[in-house]
Amino acid sequence: MPGKAILSGVHFMNGDEAIAEGAIAAGCRFFAAYPITPQSEIAERLAWRLPRVGGMFIQMEDELGAMAAVVGAAWGGAKAMTATSGPGFSLMMENIGLAVMTETPCVVVDVQRGAPSTGLPTAVGQGDMMQARWGSHGHYEIIALCPASPQEAFDLTVRAFALSERFRVPVLIMTDEVVGHMYERVEIPAEVPEAPRRRPQVPPDRFLPFEPDPDLVPPMACAGEGYRIHVTGLTHDERGYPDMSAEAHDRLVRRLCDKILRFRDEFTVYEAVDLDDAEIAVVSYGISARVAHGALALAREQGIKAGMLRLITAWPFPDPVVRSLADRVRGVVVVELNLGQMSREVERVVRGKVPVIGVYHAGGRIHTPEEVLSGIEEVQRCR
Amino acid sequence: MPNIKTLAQREEAQVRFTGGHSLCAGCAEPMVVRTVLNAIPDPVVVANATGCLEVATSRYPGTAWNVPWIHVAFENAAAVIAGVEAAYKALVRAGKLDRRIRFVAFAGDGGTYDIGLQALSGALERGHDFLYVCINNEAYMNTGVQRSSATPRCASATTAPVGKAIPGKPQDRKDITEIVVAHYVPYVAQAAVSNLIDLANKVERAVNYEGPKFLNVLTTCPLGWRTPRDSAIQQAKLAVETRYWPLYEVAEGRYKITYKPKKEVPVEEWLKTQGRFRHLFRSPDGEALIAEFQAAVDRYWDELLRKEQCLSGGEEKTG
Repeated sequence: MPGKAILSGVHFMNGDEAIAEGAIAAGCRFFAAYPITPQSEIAERLAWRLPRVGGMFIQMEDELGAMAAVVGAAWGGAKAMTATSGPGFSLMMENIGLAVMTETPCVVVDVQRGAPSTGLPTAVGQGDMMQARWGSHGHYEIIALCPASPQEAFDLTVRAFALSERFRVPVLIMTDEVVGHMYERVEIPAEVPEAPRRRPQVPPDRFLPFEPDPDLVPPMACAGEGYRIHVTGLTHDERGYPDMSAEAHDRLVRRLCDKILRFRDEFTVYEAVDLDDAEIAVVSYGISARVAHGALALAREQGIKAGMLRLITAWPFPDPVVRSLADRVRGVVVVELNLGQMSREVERVVRGKVPVIGVYHAGGRIHTPEEVLSGIEEVQRCR
Repeated sequence: MPNIKTLAQREEAQVRFTGGHSLCAGCAEPMVVRTVLNAIPDPVVVANATGCLEVATSRYPGTAWNVPWIHVAFENAAAVIAGVEAAYKALVRAGKLDRRIRFVAFAGDGGTYDIGLQALSGALERGHDFLYVCINNEAYMNTGVQRSSATPRCASATTAPVGKAIPGKPQDRKDITEIVVAHYVPYVAQAAVSNLIDLANKVERAVNYEGPKFLNVLTTCPLGWRTPRDSAIQQAKLAVETRYWPLYEVAEGRYKITYKPKKEVPVEEWLKTQGRFRHLFRSPDGEALIAEFQAAVDRYWDELLRKEQCLSGGEEKTG
């Protein structure tokens, strides 16, 4: 008997489990992964759940295989996902680039831990943010979302599948060990709209697999449906055939970027916390933003008007949002569990207009509100 | 051949792997490591893949390793030890070193059968002079008992859960020992933590050969196998006695089964002692699945006997 795909109702679950349930609710029926802390709970839940809803769980021999299987599954017609942590994310990079180049819709979860290398397998980090952006070789655009709670982990996983189908691009969920292992209330709605795949609108003899619609995204036919498809990581033309000219390469790479950048307003999501009257703005994401809430309260007690811009869409970086923030505040504090990654983006966008101070920690533990507060106080002193 | 006395004397002369690490109570891995290191009289350099052994023996401020030791990533123990060995050879050639040093890689079954297979195969093919020891407890125990390609059919694992329709892991385990044999390296053997003198003998024979050597050592994991913490040796012993885990070696292409159980013990005797196979004794399909399991064990053993007969180099009489 098939199990229930959408577990509507109120649950007490951790972020990893919420991601697994979000995936199933969004219609994901293929998951390939390799064991790694702190991701394994996602794999374990999906190993149990997917066969019950007619889906497929495969444990691969490593993360290269996991990401490659996801590309294959998406071309086989499935909504597909993989999940990992830093070391595995590194191994996935080549195939993430392949998914970008072949415009393969899929979702990749990175439950970040202390890094580089084996780092801190069981402790939190946010050091993979730039790797999410630039980890695979070449110039490309990718979408990355950062949940700050198990509820948001569920919601953003559903959203990630919708965006991956809409733009035909891998969508990354850049979560972290604390959100992954944190148990909270998760409400699963009665219905979750299933994001449709953009299907060919012409008969097979007139179909060109990489001929884009006016919004630059081509419809997708899958293996075995009667359409002629040619999928390659080589630079290709509208027919999918390799074209080694500089012109074809520039045209393709620009389209792969533009199809996302041109519509960034569609998916740029953020949370503004007490920003209306704020003089100092914290910019943060994921678990670090959760901690910053406490610091905002402490700052307000001291009479410092502090607010926060919590990034939910991390990539493409929301330049316009941060730029307008810099027009309104006197200083910016970036809080993250690395030694300054997203803060580079903030500095790039702010362009020296107001001081930007980083509250950094390399990972292993979350910040304390007091540490964030001292950053707020420091930027308050800047004149 | 080393006996208990020589092993003990070497341990007294220089402890290479100490107690006091944080491996689980009842874990059999340290006995394998200690036996391997004590069976090698020369200085040893160790590369250790990510896994239980690495995590639990090297946490600040302590280390269980009294030999030069390098922790590598999950997939690359064979590649890193190949680099160390190549550097050693270069130093010897340059006249900067003249001591005989032995190179040993330790990795678990996940780091050997799955993610580390490519690195292992490359190092075997290039012919580096090293001993690779797979400490095989048949699943990813360090991350919470996920199935590996060393996990036997029907075993329950967190990513091969037992349900009404699927009785644990649906696939057979991979025969990595024979995959290594197919690289035509000088010495390959299977051993078990229950037969330590056999293991020590194999290590000693192995290191006498120049080139790549491989040992696949069955260890047991009370946590993952769901067995009592005082039963690790008993578990491995049963695996050997039931012929589930034959002790054999392939030296320069010659097969030799180093221990042949005198009695035919059904594999059920081994299966029934472990929580990971408990469902086989509770479900109506269990009997058939156990019979299939037994048939696979018999087929494997018969195959091995035939290999020994055909490929024994002519000087062995086999039965």
